[in-house]
Amino acid sequence: MTRSSKIFKYVGKRLLQGIPIILAIVVINFFLLNLAEGDAVDVLAGEAGSATPEYMAQLRAKFGLDQPLPVQLMVYLKNVATLDLGYSFRHDMPVSDLIFDRFAATGLLMTSTIILAVGFGVLLGLLAAMRLNTWKDTVITVFALITYATPLFWVGLMMIVVFSLKLGWFPTSGMENVAAFYEGWDRVKDIAVHLVLPTITLSLFYLALYTRMMRASMLEQYGQDYVITARAKGLTERRITFVHVLRNALLPVVTMAGVQVGALIGGSVIVESVFAWPGLGMLAFESLFARDLNLLLGIFMLSSILVIAVNLVVDIIYCFLDPRIEVS
Amino acid sequence: MQEFWGRYKRNRSAVFGLVVIILVVLMAGFADLLYAFDPFRLAGKPLSSPGTNGFLLGSDSLGRDVAAGIVHGAKTSLLIGLVATMVAVFIGVLFGAFSGYYGGRLDDLLMRVTEIFQTIPSFIFAILLVAIMKPSIASIVIAIAVVSWPSVARLVRGEFLALKNREFVQACHTLGMNDLRIMMREILPNCLSPIIVVGSLMVATAILIESGLAFLGLGDPNIMSWGFQIGAGRTMLRSAWWVCTFPGIAILITVLAINLVGEGLNDALNPRLRERN
Amino acid sequence: MKTKLLDIRDLFIQLPAGADRQYAVQKVDLELTQGETLCVVGESGSGKSLTARAVMGLLPAPHVQVSNGAINFNGEDVTKASYDRLRDIRGSEISMIFQEPMTALNPVMSIGAQIDEIFRYHVDMPSAERWQKAITLLEDVNLPDPAHIMNAYPHELSGGQRQRAMIAMALALKPKILIADEPTTALDVTTQAQILKLIRDMQKANDTGVLFITHDFGVVADIADRVAVMQHGLVVESGSVEKVLNNPTHPYTQALIDAVPSLSPRKARSRSKVQVLSATDVCKTFGGGRGLFGFGVASREVKAVKNVTLDLHKGETLGIVGESGSGKSTLARCIIRLMDTDSGDISIEGTQINKLSRAEMRLWRNKIQMVFQDPFASLNPRIKVGDIIAQGPVTQGTSKIEADKRARELISIVGLDERSFERYPHEFSGGQRQRIGIARSLALKPEILIADEPVSALDVSIQAQILDLLEEIRDQMNLSMIFITHDLRVAAQVCDRLAVMRYGEVVETGATADIFANPQHDYTRDLLAAVPGKDWKSSAKPKKVAPKKKAPASTTKPKKKLATKRS
Repeated sequence: MTRSSKIFKYVGKRLLQGIPIILAIVVINFFLLNLAEGDAVDVLAGEAGSATPEYMAQLRAKFGLDQPLPVQLMVYLKNVATLDLGYSFRHDMPVSDLIFDRFAATGLLMTSTIILAVGFGVLLGLLAAMRLNTWKDTVITVFALITYATPLFWVGLMMIVVFSLKLGWFPTSGMENVAAFYEGWDRVKDIAVHLVLPTITLSLFYLALYTRMMRASMLEQYGQDYVITARAKGLTERRITFVHVLRNALLPVVTMAGVQVGALIGGSVIVESVFAWPGLGMLAFESLFARDLNLLLGIFMLSSILVIAVNLVVDIIYCFLDPRIEVS
Repeated sequence: MQEFWGRYKRNRSAVFGLVVIILVVLMAGFADLLYAFDPFRLAGKPLSSPGTNGFLLGSDSLGRDVAAGIVHGAKTSLLIGLVATMVAVFIGVLFGAFSGYYGGRLDDLLMRVTEIFQTIPSFIFAILLVAIMKPSIASIVIAIAVVSWPSVARLVRGEFLALKNREFVQACHTLGMNDLRIMMREILPNCLSPIIVVGSLMVATAILIESGLAFLGLGDPNIMSWGFQIGAGRTMLRSAWWVCTFPGIAILITVLAINLVGEGLNDALNPRLRERN
Repeated sequence: MKTKLLDIRDLFIQLPAGADRQYAVQKVDLELTQGETLCVVGESGSGKSLTARAVMGLLPAPHVQVSNGAINFNGEDVTKASYDRLRDIRGSEISMIFQEPMTALNPVMSIGAQIDEIFRYHVDMPSAERWQKAITLLEDVNLPDPAHIMNAYPHELSGGQRQRAMIAMALALKPKILIADEPTTALDVTTQAQILKLIRDMQKANDTGVLFITHDFGVVADIADRVAVMQHGLVVESGSVEKVLNNPTHPYTQALIDAVPSLSPRKARSRSKVQVLSATDVCKTFGGGRGLFGFGVASREVKAVKNVTLDLHKGETLGIVGESGSGKSTLARCIIRLMDTDSGDISIEGTQINKLSRAEMRLWRNKIQMVFQDPFASLNPRIKVGDIIAQGPVTQGTSKIEADKRARELISIVGLDERSFERYPHEFSGGQRQRIGIARSLALKPEILIADEPVSALDVSIQAQILDLLEEIRDQMNLSMIFITHDLRVAAQVCDRLAVMRYGEVVETGATADIFANPQHDYTRDLLAAVPGKDWKSSAKPKKVAPKKKAPASTTKPKKKLATKRS
């Protein structure tokens, strides 16, 4: 069997395995959310100021909230199978549309964060390991240590204080300057400028993590026997570092990157809230307090699928990097 | 014990971390002595900058003393961090030990469960749990423990898997020892080091989660906490930046110190039993 | 007139502060001529490896470095060479091969790429030509299907194949000197014989000088022209192989050579009629399960033990001999119920024990006990030695006081200081730990003792002491022993009868003397032929009846020192 057809089979198998997990998550969340007091209609009515019991009963019937729980769950699962994620009470829109709208914003933030965090993390870790115990190493290590200990929301706020309020280099919040009605490249630049602070904030913690991991991984590889063999062959230190050690050192870092995606989504709730970034994280937080069950479930499912998908991609990348792993 | 302390002492940053932690604990312990009043109370002129009007670190828009908030908030963070970690470690060790030792169906089950936990973003899950249980110290502790135990379980499972095939464990089988005794007396003491290290680093993570929850408004409303201060101070960012800054620095220093201690523990605990090189 | 390739004069290699001793290597003088093989022999901690590394400039600087003396290669002092000059020399004029071929090769690069590197960095050659040369090299070292191996990764090759690939890499540029640091220690004895022959052939073809580091005198007897014996960093004796091996002058050399068991089997003692243990048609298979939810690929099935039948009579030592993968360890673990058999029968005194429940088996534990191979992994590092030994009796219901008393007796029987009771395993050396392991196994007063390669991890001088101890104990307590080993010399010295295993099956059984004199099965013949140095020491020297050897008086290592020695 060729390697690529093996990989297709593997992907298919993993996707199949992911389904029961997603299902389990949805069921758990469904029951958890229903444990909370009151339901969406209570919240809606509360916001409207008042509502008669009849109106509330009507609303409940409309949204199917007067059915017993297991029935609601069954209905929901059936809908999910047909890709109907339900209706958001609060926003008065189908959930899938709502999620789709906001997904791009979060996707943008997360992608740029991963690139920054992994890319720079690996580079800094590599540099620190190569210049071990010199001032460069110390600076990088101390920087990573401190960054690793800082809370995400605080960094965001401090960034705003320094770079937005005091220096005026970047806008304080939002994804773009809606009032300006930019088009084309202007719009791209505008979004990019708004993207800078949130990305740096979200990526700092993970940057520190990858830096430390990469540095530790490189140091561990430097102590391996094959490095001595490589020296005994008369290779340059440059080749030893970049061709022999680096390739082996990257492996655990790649694995870690996959594991971190879930944490990244969690962090996006905070960053989006600090910077008023119009993404899924903020939406999830709002819908929690609005008891907007459908929306919340939809977001949960999406993030679970995202995590599974990213882990799958990471695993496949790993298979290409490490010939010892059998794709089976 | 002497040996361990000797090794630990050699790591300067670890000692520094330990000193800082002790100071923070003392500060929290003597909070009522240092700032005897309720930190939520109006204490003076609102929006005073640091050093003015008798406010060491300034006051917020309601006239609350930032320094008092920090000192009292230390209690909250340390308490929640410690208790949540202990619960998470206890559950994690239990699950991990049985799963790693016995393998089979139990292990499969555990792996599925940890996979589910790994897939749901843990912070969002924590938010969910606290919101459902209504924010309070208890619910926060439970939420943090629930999202943290899987990583302990995975670690312990790995250790048990590796150790159960070691020759000294096999020797115990040949002597007729029963499983529980082997797990408790033979294997567990040999994986204490990684558990201690992971546990100490987990306290730091717990504090970060707790402050994040408080920032979002999900903290216990009756208790002062650093995250709450920062969250409440958001609206005053332009005019009173100190309200957000100092509590954040407090978190930073505490978490950093715990991380340093955790790494110091790791260095001090590890070399001894790895005899073969 | 052959050129003198290597001339090491007055070499001192210093260790960092806080180590066992100040110098790893002192006052070392060695010479290597073109076309000859110089073997440097010593036990662990003798400094032989570091000396070899120093020649290539591969010492783990800055902690360990040459502090005095010269290493002259073709007139040039390598210790004073610049880094670039060293790089030039390495791989092209002096090459090295290492002990563990699995870890010595980069796991994520193909073999071809790793060989190609050497050419790229030392000569100017177009890539197509380099590839061809590499394939030729692989053919020269007798690797099958070289073109396929070029694209293969290290983990896809066997240990012997990896070592051949390493030799190919080392000899690619026809270096003047090949340094081999225990290259066959991690290999099976039959593979070892092949690799040794390969090195000899390549040496003859290229007139290379070979500096061969080893601890095995048998290997020395087979391949060396000259020998240097090292102890604690000093060369205690050197000279031609005939002289050193047959007429050693230094007491250390004499002691080492004495400790090597001769290849002639012990005289058979009369065999008791009483059968204490029997195994009939035992089978054990691993793997074969399907993956998750039936989605996975079935893991490969390995038949570790196939229809093994043997028996053990009272008071005799039955040796189970085989190479790695032969199933001997699995069989031992089945006998002592650390694993369950798939089918077959294992009986002690008539009772079938392999089908007993766990609780029932507990009662039989005091009949059969085991001594394990790895002295570093077989004792719980967190429990005191006395408690380790007392664990067995306590588990079986004896009072702690009784058990402790018994432990103290045993500590003295195995030759350890009585203060050992209070100490922890890490304070003891490998040989001493093995004694503790033996004491533990005797605590339940077993009738049958299974020893699973009990001396394989020990230096040869310590090995002799432990074997003597086992012999003594067996005689005193009238034990019946099953002795697992891969080393035929040890088997010859210790075992009355032998069972030779290969790929899970017993291919031959019989009295040791008979098997050595008249091997029936081809594999047994191959095994006997592959023993290094079989022509040397083939007649047993009359064993000096030594007084009961006690372990070195101090059983504690002062806390400051690092544990580097294995004795």
